[in-house]
This record gives sequence, C-alpha cells and structure tokens, in this order.
Amino acid sequence: MSNNSAGQNSGGQGAGGQGAGGMMGWIDERFPLTKLLEEHVTKYYAPKNFNFWYYFGALSLLVLIIQIVTGIFLTMNYKPDGELAFTSVEYIMRDVNFGWLIRYMHSTGASMFFVVVYLHMFRALMYGSYKKPRELLWIFGMLIYVCLMAEAFMGYLLPWGQMSYWGAQVIISLFGAIPFGIGDAVTLWLKGDYIVSDATLNRFFALHVIAVPLVLIMLVAAHIMALHEVGSNNPDGVDIKKNKNAAGIPKDGIPFHPYYTVKDFMGAIVFLIVFFTIVFFMPEMGGYFLEHANFIPADPLKTPEHIAPVWYFTPFYAILRAVPDKLGGVMAMGAAIVVLFFLPWIDRNNVRSIRYRSLAYKVLLFSFVIAFIVLGYYGMQAPTPVGTLVSRIAALVYFGFFVGLFFVSKNEKTKPVPERVTS
Amino acid sequence: MTSKKTTTQQAGDTPVDSDTSFRDAADPKRRRMLVTGASVVGGLGALALVTPLVSSMSPSERAKAAGAPVEADISKLTPGQLLTVEWRGKPVWIVRRTEEALASLQEVRGELSDPDSDQEQQPSYAKNENRSINPEVLVMIGICTHLGCSPTYRPDIAPADLGADWKGGFFCPCHGSKFDYAGRVYAGVPAPTNLEVPPHEYLSDSLIIIGEDGGAAA
Amino acid sequence: MTFQLSTWLKGSALILSLTVSSVASAAGGNVELESPRIDQSNEKSLQRGAKVFANYCMGCHSADYHRYGRLARDLGLTDEDVSENLIFTTDKDGAPTKIGSLMEITMTEDYARASFGVVPPNLALTARSRGVDWIYSYLKGFYLDPERGGVGVNNTVYPGAAMPHVLWDLQGWRKAIYEEVDGAKVITGFEQVTEGSLTPAEYDKTIADLTNFMAYLADPIKTTRHRIGTWVLAFLFVLLAISYFLKKEYWRDVT
Repeated sequence: MSNNSAGQNSGGQGAGGQGAGGMMGWIDERFPLTKLLEEHVTKYYAPKNFNFWYYFGALSLLVLIIQIVTGIFLTMNYKPDGELAFTSVEYIMRDVNFGWLIRYMHSTGASMFFVVVYLHMFRALMYGSYKKPRELLWIFGMLIYVCLMAEAFMGYLLPWGQMSYWGAQVIISLFGAIPFGIGDAVTLWLKGDYIVSDATLNRFFALHVIAVPLVLIMLVAAHIMALHEVGSNNPDGVDIKKNKNAAGIPKDGIPFHPYYTVKDFMGAIVFLIVFFTIVFFMPEMGGYFLEHANFIPADPLKTPEHIAPVWYFTPFYAILRAVPDKLGGVMAMGAAIVVLFFLPWIDRNNVRSIRYRSLAYKVLLFSFVIAFIVLGYYGMQAPTPVGTLVSRIAALVYFGFFVGLFFVSKNEKTKPVPERVTS
Repeated sequence: MTSKKTTTQQAGDTPVDSDTSFRDAADPKRRRMLVTGASVVGGLGALALVTPLVSSMSPSERAKAAGAPVEADISKLTPGQLLTVEWRGKPVWIVRRTEEALASLQEVRGELSDPDSDQEQQPSYAKNENRSINPEVLVMIGICTHLGCSPTYRPDIAPADLGADWKGGFFCPCHGSKFDYAGRVYAGVPAPTNLEVPPHEYLSDSLIIIGEDGGAAA
Repeated sequence: MTFQLSTWLKGSALILSLTVSSVASAAGGNVELESPRIDQSNEKSLQRGAKVFANYCMGCHSADYHRYGRLARDLGLTDEDVSENLIFTTDKDGAPTKIGSLMEITMTEDYARASFGVVPPNLALTARSRGVDWIYSYLKGFYLDPERGGVGVNNTVYPGAAMPHVLWDLQGWRKAIYEEVDGAKVITGFEQVTEGSLTPAEYDKTIADLTNFMAYLADPIKTTRHRIGTWVLAFLFVLLAISYFLKKEYWRDVT
C-alpha cells in the first residue's frame, strides 16, 4: 500500500493517512483515529526553532508515565496502614523482585517531575508563553502544577517515616491558620483524627493513587488540547500562523512527527541517562530525594531534630517562615502560588520573547529566578537569624517581580520582533 | 554525502513546497536503517523495562519463605487415620492406609479414568500401584483437580450417599468428584485428573518433609 | 571495558553527590565523626561484621526487615553456615529459626521497656538514617562515666545513650580525660582502664567490619544496583548515539 511511484518512500514513518482501506479505513469509519493523529502529531505544525528549553514539556509527560506505571506496581505490595506501611515499603525494597528498582524509580521520578516542570515553567516565563492567546494554556499548566504539589505531598506521607509524618503534620497545621475557629475544625477534618494517624494515611493513599492522578491526567489532556488549538510558542515569540503558504501550512512550521518526535526521543534518552544514574547510583541524592530521617518509622511522640519539606517545596516553605505571623505566613505562601495564575494579566506587554524585551524585564526575571533558588536553599536549612533575613529579602524580590513587571511592562521599550523566526 | 533533491512526497502526504521550512532531503536507506535500529534497540530497552515489572508480580521472598518445605511427624499416625499439614497454604494429606484400603486399590481399577497414573500428577517416585514411596503411607495435596475445592476423607464403606460400591476414598462435596484411596479419580466425574502428589521425601521412618525431594523426581 | 565504564560511572556519581553536598543527617552531638574505611563488595569483611552483629547486637536489636536466606546469598555463605553460626533464636514452636525468616529477636518490646526504659531500635536501616560515620564513631565513643547511674558509661557521639557498652570485652574499659575550656568540661582524650581482648587497632577494624555489615543491611541491593546500573547506562548511551543520528538524518530536511 505504500508503494510510492518514485520508489523514494522514506521508510518507517506514518502509514497513517495513506489509504481509506485496510485496518485504518475500518477504524476511521468508526473512530477518528487518522484525524486525531494528524491533528496532534503528523500535521501539527510546530515552529522549527525550538531550542533546549522545549524538551521539558515532552519530558514531563514521560515522567508522568513513569510515575503512573511504577505507582501501579507499588500499589500491589504497599499497605496503607499505620502499623504496616513502613514495613511494607521495606518489604518492597527487599522481598519483592525488583521492588527496589520500582520504588527508586518512583521516588526519583517524584523529584525529577519537579525538575522538568520547573524548567518547563521557566521556559514559559522566558518566552512569554503565557500571553494571549495562551492564557488558558498557562492556567491549565498552573492547575497541573498545583495538582502535582498535592500529589507529591500526599505521596510523601505513604512511606510513613519520620519525615513523612512530621511533614504532613506541619503542612496540615497550616490550615489551622484560618481564623474564626474554622482552622482547627478544618485540620481535624483533614486528619480524620486528633493527630496524623492511620485514618490520615488511608485517605492520603486514596487521594494519591486515584483521585489526584485522575484530575492530573484530565488536566494534562486539556493542556495539550489547548496547546494544539493555539499552536506552540517559540523562542522568538513569533506567531507562525501569520505566515502560511498556499497550502495553509505555516512557513516556519514543521510537522511534529517526524521532526519533533525524533528530537524528543533523543531528549528522552538524555533524560533517562540522568534519571537512571540517580536511580542506580545515588537514589537518596545525598538526602535530597530520600531524606535520612525518613528511614526511621513514624513516631508521633518524637519530632526529628530538623524537619524540612522535600526540596521542591522549600521555596514556598521559606516564604512561610519569612513572615513572623502564622496567618500572614500561610497567606504569603498561598499568594506566592496564586499570583502565578495571574501572570498573563500582570505582564501587559505584547512582546513575548525575552529576546526582544527591555533590560528592566531581564533584570526582573533574573532576580526572580535567583530569589526562587535562594528561598529554596534557605527553606531546607534550620532557621537562623541570617537565614530568616535573607529569606525575607528573597521573598520581597519574589513578589517584587510581579509588581515590577506590572509597571515595567506597561510602557516597555522593546526591540522590534521579526516577522519570521530566526534560526 | 549530499542527497539528491527529490520531488517525491513524504509519507505523511506532506506537499513539497519551496516556501515551507522542510523538504525531503532523505537518504532513504540511511533513514530506514536508523529507524529500524532505533526501533529494535528501543524495543529491547522497553522489554528490559517490562521485565522487572512483570517479575515483581511473581512470588516474593516472603511468599517463598512461607512456602518453604514443611516437616511432618507420622509416628503417631494410626492405620486409617488422616493427618493434614499445610504446605504453601494448601492442605496436604498424610494417610496411613489399612490393609483393606490397599486391597481396594486393585478392586476399583476398572472404574478409574487413569488407573496407572499416566498423567504427570505425581513425582516419578510416586508413579506406582499405590502412588506413594512407602505403600502404606499416602501423601497427597488435598485440592480437587476440578475447581479447587478440598475433598473430604470418606473411609466408610458403602454409605448411603455414595452407594453400595463405595470402597473408601475421597469425595468432593462441591461437584461430586470421587477418588480412591490413592487419589485416583473415578471415571464419569467432573474432576479431570488424579489428585496431585507433592514432592516429598523421608528424613527418617517417621519424619516426612513435604516440598523437597532432593531432586529425586527429576 | 565494562570495568572501566563502571569505575567511570561511580566516579561521576561521586562527583555529582559531592557537588550536591550531603544534607547533614540527624546526628546529634557535636563531635567530629570519623569515617571508617569500608567496602560493601568485600564479602569477608561483611561476614566478620555479620558475626559480630549476630553475637553482640541481636541480643537486643532486631533487624526484621531482612531475611537470613538473603543474607546468606549476598554474603557468599551457605544456608547451613548461617543457620549454624548466625541464628541463635527459635520460632514460636520452639524449633530453630528457619533460614527464610526475618532477622527477628526473641526479646519482647515490653520486656525491653521494663529493663532499659526504651525499646532498642531496629538496626536494619540505621546506616541510612544515621549514616555509617555515626555508627562507627558511636561504637568507638564509649567511656566510663561515674556520673551516670545504671549503665555507668557514656558516649561521645550520643551523650546519655541508654545502651551499655556491649563490646567492652573487646575494647576494654576507658575513662575520659577532662579539661576546662571556657568554663566547660571538655573531653580531650581517653585513658585505658582495663585491657580488652583486642588491641585498639583490631577493635577499630572489628567495628569497621560491623559498620560495613550494617551498611549492607540498610542497603542490601547496592552492589547489584551498581552492576545493573552500569549496563543500563551503557545501553542508553548506545541508544543515545542511534537517536542522535536519527534526529540528525531527519533534520536535514529542515531548512
């Protein structure tokens, strides 16, 4: 069926849209398979100038798959029971064939998920991927991020180690900051007991393995649908749909398949090399991915000497601690996340890419990233006067980015944006 | 190596148009080779990744430890008595058969579906007249080969429910399968094969280990 | 080739973990910890450590996440070796503990609480929660302290430890030499009071073996993991090469 007249058919690629007959034809009459493939893969035209930063979307999807698959197999042996949870994790690590590999892939995957998602989000900031017409795409992405945080937080309780336990205790207590006596009632309801207990563990398990992943998958689908509706942004921030040829194909676009499938495949292999280096040679990652105190079973009577959330939460944790007031701290922490949702409206400039924006913008973004990293670092440390001071400054810089951006972007002196993408 | 410019269409029905960002500059042979290579090697990788996942579902060290061989002391077993021990979570029967019971094995031969134990339901050392190492002592897994119920021991001769021909043996209450004193299945009942004899050996005259035979079966 | 690759990988993993810089483990005490020179692939050292562990530690401390049978296989021992030399407990029915069993102890928690005030912790994961340096230094850190009733000893790494100096017959008894520094009593050295059956160097070697064994106990898959990991990465580099040329070939189309 793929007998091309000139005999120059390049092998291996999409037998997809070829014939109306055969298996595909039979399916297409009943289900829009070819249509879907064309819309999302073979005839989805992506800008040809994607750079390094454009790998992380596909990689996030890869990690999501790794987490779901390994998660399913962990669930087969894990026991969500206060008496058995810790032991069942060690059972997986020692008695189940390759249980250690599955568990390390899952624990490493959790951290790597945030690595790729943070880089993916930074890309969006740099190239203005949140701007019109991609506001909803950005909001879906932010919702995914929030879900991911919930998923990671609840998953972290499951090993039922000391860090799991006290981490959950601290985070749930945050809700106690809600005034008018509602807070205490809410924390009690969340825990389902007077302390973090078997009841808490059991409900976190239910939410972690089914509820949140379900929402996550639906949001990812929405995120991709929104992306393919408006089209991908690019490092130049140029709208490639404005320049189409006679056939209606963007002049700067190339079909996602095969060009970006082969490119992302290569990116995935590089990612897997990093991923498996951690899994096989340093699964604890020096205590950042698997914390030392979490190798001690949960003990409700004894708090570890120093507790800190896992690294991906520490920027927000540092903001929480920077505010010398319980309610204020919780609100600041919440605001640090919520404000990101409004980015498309805070940034009032039409120029997307950092390449054509002013120095003021570049300074703002740079200081935002530095502040985020500094907050992340101090969020891991035990509180010290210096640490608190630096965290406060960094928190101000964090929020200052949004305030500054709001004003800077109004009458920003930008460079002219080219008509076509630059290579 | 520059490839000649071709005017063919790409497999995705992509029209070649000078003002698009892509054209067919394929070296088809090289392309085919690389696609095949990536698919084969990548496929091997995927297979290698599936292996630990699949293998994680087979019995764990805990299950294997719980399924370790068990010892049974038969010194106190009187003729006609049945002793049940648990091995891998299954009931294993040990019966000290009486003279009459052993004699009945010959009498019922004609009514059995596999009187010579031709089906591989026993280790080679138990493929004999009595389906046992020691003629007197029967060692057998008490799980019906039909649908996994555990039959009951019916040493009573000619009871009302089993008929006047019943010479003693095992009867499965679930679907009415009947077995003789050596666990051989009667013809015309739902169970397809004889009951299974587990690997076992005698550590001494009165001590049997079930689940281990030092490779004697092979 | 494989050997070199694995060395290279271990090297780069080490560099990576150094740049990440270890998060301080929940050590407690402010003394400098000493690092033992241990190697988890040294079976002989692990076997010696296992013997000390079974004889001295497992009177009170369980390690019941791990199985004896696994221990035998990983340490190059036969099941009989382990049953005869390392298993001192019995099952519920009074028979010797079976090789497939978890490394449990017979002492109950209630009994422990009544006699020591605390339940001696499970030691299977201590090398991961405290770190090997902590274990090694802790086992080296016992000294006679008349101010402490009951056990009569104290520990430099874990002051006020409830554990008596179980290895005293090996190390002998030592007392601390104190000095006043800025108004505080500081330990500057030790004085041997009675000799142990081992010389200080032999004692250090023995507890290094014990520490090595506990490191194994906490992370028994480590050597296997490194071996498989080497192959996995070698495979991925091959696949990376193919995917690189594949990408390059297709992207010749892109102008």
